[in-house]
Order: sequence, then structure tokens, then C-alpha cells
Amino acid sequence: MPMQTVKMVITGPYASGKTEFIKSISEIDVVSTEASVSKETAEAQVKDNTTVAMDFGRITVDDDLVLYLFGTPGQRRFDFMWEILAEGMLGFVVMVDSTKPETFREAKSILETFRAYAPTPYVVAANKQDIPDAWPADDLRIALRIEDNVKLLPCVAREKESVKNVLLQLLYAILEEMDT
Amino acid sequence: MPRQLKGTLEDFHTTQLLHLINLAKKTGTLHLYEPVPTGREIIIGDGQTKRAEVAAGKERAKVAFREGKLIHATAGSQDGHLASVLHKSGKLNDDQHRIIREKAANASDKALALLLINANYVTQNDIIQSVRQNTLDIVYDLMTWSKEPFVFEEEEQPPNDRITVPVDLENVIMEGTRRSIAEKRFIEMLPNLDFALRFPEAPSEKFKGIQLSVDEWRVVSFINPKNSIRQIAKACNMTDMDIRKVVVGLLDAGLVQLVKAQSNEPPKKPVKRPAPGTTQPNSTVVNKLIERIKNL
Repeated sequence: MPMQTVKMVITGPYASGKTEFIKSISEIDVVSTEASVSKETAEAQVKDNTTVAMDFGRITVDDDLVLYLFGTPGQRRFDFMWEILAEGMLGFVVMVDSTKPETFREAKSILETFRAYAPTPYVVAANKQDIPDAWPADDLRIALRIEDNVKLLPCVAREKESVKNVLLQLLYAILEEMDT
Repeated sequence: MPRQLKGTLEDFHTTQLLHLINLAKKTGTLHLYEPVPTGREIIIGDGQTKRAEVAAGKERAKVAFREGKLIHATAGSQDGHLASVLHKSGKLNDDQHRIIREKAANASDKALALLLINANYVTQNDIIQSVRQNTLDIVYDLMTWSKEPFVFEEEEQPPNDRITVPVDLENVIMEGTRRSIAEKRFIEMLPNLDFALRFPEAPSEKFKGIQLSVDEWRVVSFINPKNSIRQIAKACNMTDMDIRKVVVGLLDAGLVQLVKAQSNEPPKKPVKRPAPGTTQPNSTVVNKLIERIKNL
């Protein structure tokens, strides 16, 4: 029997924690297509490297089933990759940096774009909840106008248990949709 | 532990903040500050657009809320003393104002209010209406600001001696949007006019006490998931910007919600495309994934 592969996409604005999220749970070293950010730029104040094509992580279930996690590039100039990555996905996670209101508008726009690509279930992960300036998840729901039936989950992308919870909640949402 | 919400009005406009405070029934005080450029740039969520970073300077205004209602506001340039508020509203003349400020400089607002009512200078209603109008004037003014850093301090309330008058926020948001000329914000808030609108649950409750203009009522009368916003604009003979302004106001006040427009044709089931080399998983596969992730 051929091996079955299942794909989930982790998306969100620039520097929202997508690569970190995948790194926390992937059983392989994440295959990142990252480029250094010039030290002279405003981007360098945010992070040193940025994803230009995609991040790639893997979780093997058994000999017949593998879950792939694809992280999208956050910068708009690489958004031609988004639709390619969205193709065939089982569901997607929208990462939001809860400490940066200047990225909320972009997060909402990315969410709408992915919703248009595929009518698959999704969850929103309110990342960096361990930082004191983080907006609480309940306030983010209102700020981003997330509908009540969509899960908005507090998250710390560098903590494995937190990432597990987000992926499990997405899988439960997928299961619920299959049952209806 | 009380929490803070921090940001700038450039990222999160006052009407959005009021919408959040209203929906979450928050208690606390919103502080707005003069924007002081730091000389650095910040990068926003698309990874490309940069803009000048601003830090919080002198406080420009302070607005207090209790359980989602506006209760008090002071502007940085005003002391917020009751005598000044009554003077501004014309209930005290210049001489009365001067004498009261001299003789009752240390009296609390509540004590002063009692003195003035007992001396037949003003009525209780005069005081309530003056404080209410002063609060609204400050809030409507700050709704035209666009760059100020803000901090919302949960649980912080005005001093006990202040007179507070609770005001529902829906009307404040609608009026603030009517006065706004920030066209860029309306486009950002509502880029796509092909969406439709629907009423939230219990619309009659939501619309109770709301004062809508004729144009707003016309738009409301066409709200139906089958009518796109563009179609409503055409039916109401409104420009794209006119309809955006009305719809953003209704959205911010929580009176309507955006939905995908329903076509009059029977809906087609969306086709899910499997990726090359993959098959669509069933619930057995999803359950296996759940078990695996639980055990990681």
C-alpha cells in the first residue's frame, strides 16, 4: 500500500512565529528556505532570517502515514507561494503575534486569502502569549473579527505542548467537519 | 491581574477600540498620548511596508469605561473640574466660574455639585447633561486622531469624587464614524464590496436606542445575505465611499456582520483538490494523527 501523506499549512504575517512553531514539533530538522535580513534594515530589528519559499517539517504516524507541516513565507513579495502551498491541505493554522497590533490587519487579510484558496477548517493561534504586552486571546478575537465558531487558541510557538494543543484543536475541527 | 492593551491608533483605530471595549464589556481607562517619533522604523505584518516608529509622549486624553459603557473623559489641556465643565456648557457664567474656582478649589466634584444644586445655580439634570456632553465632545475629537499611541489599563477607574455618566457606545461609534474623514481606513476595513451583510443574533435588542441617519436606515433595509454591499450601494444610489462609511460604522458598532454573498443559484459544493500524490484522508486517518500528536 502506498504511503499516505497529509499536509497542514502554517501561515501568518511576517515574524509571527511560523518557523518556530514547526521547529517545536517536527521530528526532522526543519527544512527552511531562509535568507538573511540585511542588518541595516528595519526587518533586522525584528529577526535575522526570514522564510522566502517555505518551511517544511514532518511527523511520521506509521509506515503508511506521514503528516507534513508547511510554513508559508510571511513577506508579501513571496505570496505567489501561498496558493501552491495551500493546494490539498487538510487544514491551516493562522499565527498572530499577540504583541504586535501593527500586524493584526495583515493577519486578517492572510486568513481571508487562505479561506478563499480552500474551504478547509482552520484555527487561529494567538502566539507570544508568554510576553507581558500580549493582547489576550479573547480581545484578539474581537480585534480580528474572528467568528465564534472558529477556534482562537493562546499559543507559545517555542513550547512543544502549546504547539501540540493547536494542532490537536485543528484536527478536532477537521474531524467535526467530516462528521457533519 | 489587570492587563494592558497597547498599540497605536494607526494600527487600531479608536472606533475599533470602542467596539472591543463594548463587546468585551470592559472596565478600565484608555490613555492616549502625543506621538513622538523615535527615529527608528518598524515593519508591519506584510514584511515590506515600513513606517516611522512612535513612542508615547505627553498624555493627550484619558477615557474611562465601566462594563462596556463610556463613563468619563478628560482631555490633556483641560483639568476636568466640574466648574470648568459647567462653564463650558454655559451653565455657569464667567464670574460664577471664577468665584467657584477660587472659593471651592479643593471641593470634590460631587461636593461641588451638591453645593451648586442647593444654591439653585444648576439642576441635577444640568450637571448630568453637561458632564455627558463634555465626555462626548472629548471622545468625538479623539476619534479624528490617527497616530496616537494608546494604553488601555484594565480596572483603572476615575477618582471616586468624579461624577460619571454611563453612555452606550453603539451610538458613540456610529457618530464618530459619521464625523470621520479617514477614507483610507474605510477602504482598509472594507476592501471588498462583494461581501454581503447579516444581522447578528437578536437584532432588535442591538438596534434599541440606536439613532441612525436616513442613509443608514436605507442601507439597513437592504441587509440580506443575498445582497452584496455593491448591490446595496447601487439600490441606494450611493458611491463606493459612501457605502463603505455607513457599513464600517455599522460593523464597528456591532450592528451587522460581514458574510459571503449568497448567490440566487443553488450553492455548489466546494471542490477540494487533493495535492498531487495525495489522497483525501478520512476520519480514521485524522484519528491516527490525533493519537500520534498526543503521544509526541
